[in-house]
Amino acid sequence: MTVADVFGRCAAAGRGALIGYFPAGYPTVDGSVELMNAMVEGGCDLLEVGIPYSDPVMDGPTIQAAAETALRGGTRVRDVLSVVERVSAAGGSAVVMTYYNPMLRYGVDAFARDLAAAGGLGVITPDLIPDEADEWLAASTAHGLDRIFLVSPSSSDERIAATVAASSGFVYATSIMGVTGARESVASAAPRLVARTRPHTSLPVCVGLGVRSGEQAAEVAGFADGVIVGSAFVAEAERTGRDGVRVLAAELAAGVGRGSPRRSTPTDVMAP
Amino acid sequence: MQASDGIARSSGHEPDERGHFGRYGGRFVPEALVAALEELTTEYEKARHDPEFLTELDRLHRDYSGRPSPLTEVSRLAEHAGGARILLKREDLNHTGSHKINNVLGQALLTKRMGKSRVIAETGAGQHGVATATACALLGLDCVVYMGEVDTRRQALNVARMRLLGAEVVPVKLGSRTLKDAINEALRDWVTNVEHTHYLLGTVAGPHPFPMMVRDFHRIIGLEAREQVLERTGRLPDAVAACVGGGSNAIGIFHAFLDDESVRLVGFEPGGDGIETGRHGATLSEGSPGALHGAMSYLLQDADGQTSESYSISAGLDYPGVGPEHALLKDLGRARYEPVTDAAAMEAFALLSRTEGIIPAIESAHAVAGALRLGRELGPDGIVLVNLSGRGDKDVDTAARWFGMLDREDTQ
Ligand SMILES: Cc1ncc(COP(=O)(O)O)c(C=O)c1O
Repeated sequence: MTVADVFGRCAAAGRGALIGYFPAGYPTVDGSVELMNAMVEGGCDLLEVGIPYSDPVMDGPTIQAAAETALRGGTRVRDVLSVVERVSAAGGSAVVMTYYNPMLRYGVDAFARDLAAAGGLGVITPDLIPDEADEWLAASTAHGLDRIFLVSPSSSDERIAATVAASSGFVYATSIMGVTGARESVASAAPRLVARTRPHTSLPVCVGLGVRSGEQAAEVAGFADGVIVGSAFVAEAERTGRDGVRVLAAELAAGVGRGSPRRSTPTDVMAP
Repeated sequence: MQASDGIARSSGHEPDERGHFGRYGGRFVPEALVAALEELTTEYEKARHDPEFLTELDRLHRDYSGRPSPLTEVSRLAEHAGGARILLKREDLNHTGSHKINNVLGQALLTKRMGKSRVIAETGAGQHGVATATACALLGLDCVVYMGEVDTRRQALNVARMRLLGAEVVPVKLGSRTLKDAINEALRDWVTNVEHTHYLLGTVAGPHPFPMMVRDFHRIIGLEAREQVLERTGRLPDAVAACVGGGSNAIGIFHAFLDDESVRLVGFEPGGDGIETGRHGATLSEGSPGALHGAMSYLLQDADGQTSESYSISAGLDYPGVGPEHALLKDLGRARYEPVTDAAAMEAFALLSRTEGIIPAIESAHAVAGALRLGRELGPDGIVLVNLSGRGDKDVDTAARWFGMLDREDTQ
């Protein structure tokens, strides 16, 4: 299985992909594996396994708190790799989401090697832009990992072009200017950003930041190839645990199926 | 020498086009911030060649902040330094009480040029926050200052000052609740509000162009001091001492001497309870290379790349990172960095107060302690130039507690 296979499978089924983020080690290492397995059972096509980090500047309060809990519980980078191994063995497909310094400290090439060996498919790097990523570009190529960079509503067309050129697997479009956290509405910047990104790439373009309900997932799936949900899963895990997480994943997956551009009539699609 | 000289004239020690000082610096930031960093880089490049900007900056430095800052020889203190001559560059006498205003005036004017109406800042000791609140009051900008909750307590006077100046002070209750976490919160705010907000970063850390630009705004310290020392003593100093938190006052005074090979450049980092206790903030002495807050540099981190918590009695030095140009100067051996413990800094604090009638900021007291050490190394023929980066009004409470000077009722 590769990231491309995941999107291929979704496309064949005529729907977008549901991508679920969860921090490894929250509330414990074993607990996070169970919760991620529940996300897959509920309908997540791809998992983003988060490495908890001491200084997560792209994250809002929900994920910050979860990362702090995971770190206080002693979660190490090697535990995260074991989480990837276990959720992959259980049938899930996983990429890692990490700030750059834990990967740098581990050794960029060694990290890529060990992640690939654990069954991981790629890495999302929220604070690493292609301009600074020479070492990661080489390591990801050497070990066959996808590199998922982010584009933002503030990115110029030149930067979008350069960023998607360095990307593989999919492109992560941040729907709003802001940090992670569930929001009432998905901002209107997202469809515009996806539309600006499309001409530069044939990779799937996925939208994240702020999605928490089936309705929002449907809305986003109307214009994007995948819907990324994070804080809502973390909040649900805290509230109701495994069962709630599975139900939320199912609700979001249904939304993603409903909103898919390939199946919806034009009236279902939110105008940008 | 004027502030504009530090900006308009290149020092010959520039980062590459993408802000790398050797292997350090650069931009390790979310893509969302890149556009703002590019805009800032472009606007700064224009401003540094715009006579109107430079004239206005020089005018504010002269008429508002009080530059040039004097050079004071402290001979009674020097008796405790093996007889070497000690000269203090008096950044403590600037308006708002520290060197921080040099950078703030420059960036606040840039904020206006960029048409942004809101300024955010982080602060540790509160000196950068006070300087920022001051410039925002002067120029009519909205101002929000993020400050770790621990620091709002130990620098309560500065919290009140910022509020009097019309700024909103947001206590940060995350992580270690100190400067590092205040920077995280400021970065989160900036990612969200970047369109109309400028992040007025207070030291030579962070993503390009901050380390270069903030340095340039502080180069006036060394440019003035070099001339003043030559005029006063007829020669260059043997050593230049400065405290290092993020590294702005140190780089500001070091830069004018980089090409003077005979001049030792020594940065003094917070040794806290002592390096051996693990409770310190000596990033260059004890840290290792890594990426934090937008730049590659030295940092205090564990085996997994998680940032370690720093500790210092001094809120302004209590930071596990450091500016990238210092990382390069360390690797090149052009500057050296040594820890000074809380105890040594407080001893120097008391000594300077009693021998010279100058109460330094606890941050600056680390440099004074370092100068005493350097003086003893150099002997009676030595000349040590010290950057006295700030004054100690904000630290009176901490010092009174340290020295047990409060009456019983006061401490309760
Ligand atoms: C008086 C004074 N000196 C030094 C510092 C440390 O900062 P830097 O290392 O950037 O000069 C501070 C920071 O708050 C300060 O207030």
